[in-house]
Amino acid sequence: MTFSAFELVKNALTGQAGWQPHWRKARPKPAYDVVIIGGGGHGLATAYYLAKNFSITNVAVIEKGWIGSGNAGRNTTIIRSNYMLPGNIPFYELGMKLWESMEQDLNFNTMVSQRGVLNLYHSDAQRDSFARRGNAMRIHGVDAELLEREAVRAMVPYLDFDNARFPIRGGLLQRRGGTARHDAVVWGYARAADRRGVDIIENCEVTGLRIEHGKILGVETTQGFVGAGKVGLSVAGSSSRVAAMAGMRLPIEAHVLQAFVSESLKPVIDCVVTFGAGHFYISQSDKGSLVFGGDLDPYPSYAQRGSLATFCDVMENAVAMLPMLSRLRILRNWGGLIDMSMDGSPIIDRTPTDGLFFNGGWCYGGFKATPAAGFCLAHFIASGDPHPAAASYRLDRFARGCVIDEKGAGPSPNLH
Amino acid sequence: MLINCPFCGLRDLGEFSVNGEAVARPVAHDDFDDADLRASFVDAVYFRDNPAGLHREYWFHAAGCQSWLLVERDTRTHDISKVELARSQEHDKEMTS
Repeated sequence: MTFSAFELVKNALTGQAGWQPHWRKARPKPAYDVVIIGGGGHGLATAYYLAKNFSITNVAVIEKGWIGSGNAGRNTTIIRSNYMLPGNIPFYELGMKLWESMEQDLNFNTMVSQRGVLNLYHSDAQRDSFARRGNAMRIHGVDAELLEREAVRAMVPYLDFDNARFPIRGGLLQRRGGTARHDAVVWGYARAADRRGVDIIENCEVTGLRIEHGKILGVETTQGFVGAGKVGLSVAGSSSRVAAMAGMRLPIEAHVLQAFVSESLKPVIDCVVTFGAGHFYISQSDKGSLVFGGDLDPYPSYAQRGSLATFCDVMENAVAMLPMLSRLRILRNWGGLIDMSMDGSPIIDRTPTDGLFFNGGWCYGGFKATPAAGFCLAHFIASGDPHPAAASYRLDRFARGCVIDEKGAGPSPNLH
Repeated sequence: MLINCPFCGLRDLGEFSVNGEAVARPVAHDDFDDADLRASFVDAVYFRDNPAGLHREYWFHAAGCQSWLLVERDTRTHDISKVELARSQEHDKEMTS
């Protein structure tokens, strides 16, 4: 079934009885050409692009829980490509272009909203660094505008412009950035992959990797052994645990990142705004809730729950930037496990095990990367070579001294 | 979270900063072109076990006695099972080697 105006009207008139489940509840077959471990946005996108771009349709996505139950459902749904370093910009801009064509491509409403991403600056030095970032983006064909204080005030007049400690001097705006509906991205890719023959196997945990003579043969799961010609790992948050099954250590620490949702308000914030004097980012969902977050919890954790200290820190940032938030009630907060890599940039690469491919280390940036990560991992799995846009995201960059350290924080994962 | 500093007693998380997995520092020698030595430094600087479970990690009591601590903590529950001075560990190692 394809979504169209005709289908919507027809179902509206027939009691919405004509809709079908969007993907089959597949049982694992004995073997596949490619098995993707992890049914989040990245894994499902990988399966979709394997089928669409490379006609590899004998593919299974194996997910421990239900699809989208990990980080795909635990983020702040921001999409952007405002990066500065050469290894990053082409990749995230490829992603931005995929976001822009996603709804037509998937025939699914993923609610991509290019409402603009505004990064505030608070000092002359920060203005210089944002000008540099904006210039780097424009050289690569990405849109960026450096706004002065009055232009920011016209956009978002309710910020604390005259904060005594961190007055707002202006901002760097990417108008093509914005938000998307995170669950719809998962469902859209799942449905589109399923329609091309991909098996989506939920509630099936991978318990081991079968490797012989340095080659991957398949995966051991709670539903039995599943053979595979090639295997892709797309399990950010648990990357080290799954990679350990192949005897690998990774340049990654697991951390908890908290996000927060307020009670619903009438429309008040119509773009994404980030605070430059601390670490804070906020947008408003279409339901009216303010969705925001800040720094991660500083210590390595697999707990999927955050500490009160970080909670307080985020709220202090919130009120410093938007004093009106002090009277807002927080409805809920949650913690997601993220792969913090040693240089703050991701890894899409083959592994020392023949036929085993890795995608992870996404730090704060996994959601926005969903389409491009799937696109590039599919390219790597199908062709055996990295996609040009992700050619810098290799595992050996740490040994070669070619780290991509956007923040300049060095090998301290909790600082990226 | 509270950390039981050997000098200061139970203190709040906010007084400490964490420095990640307690990785053994490779022993350097003059031949920096030695492939094994280079690999061991890459391993120590960038690669981590990152276990879901017991984790030995360095903390710094920044807003306290400024000691470096070696903490054993479960990354699934955040329960701390052991805190000792990182200095005494280094010292012990030197004495035994």
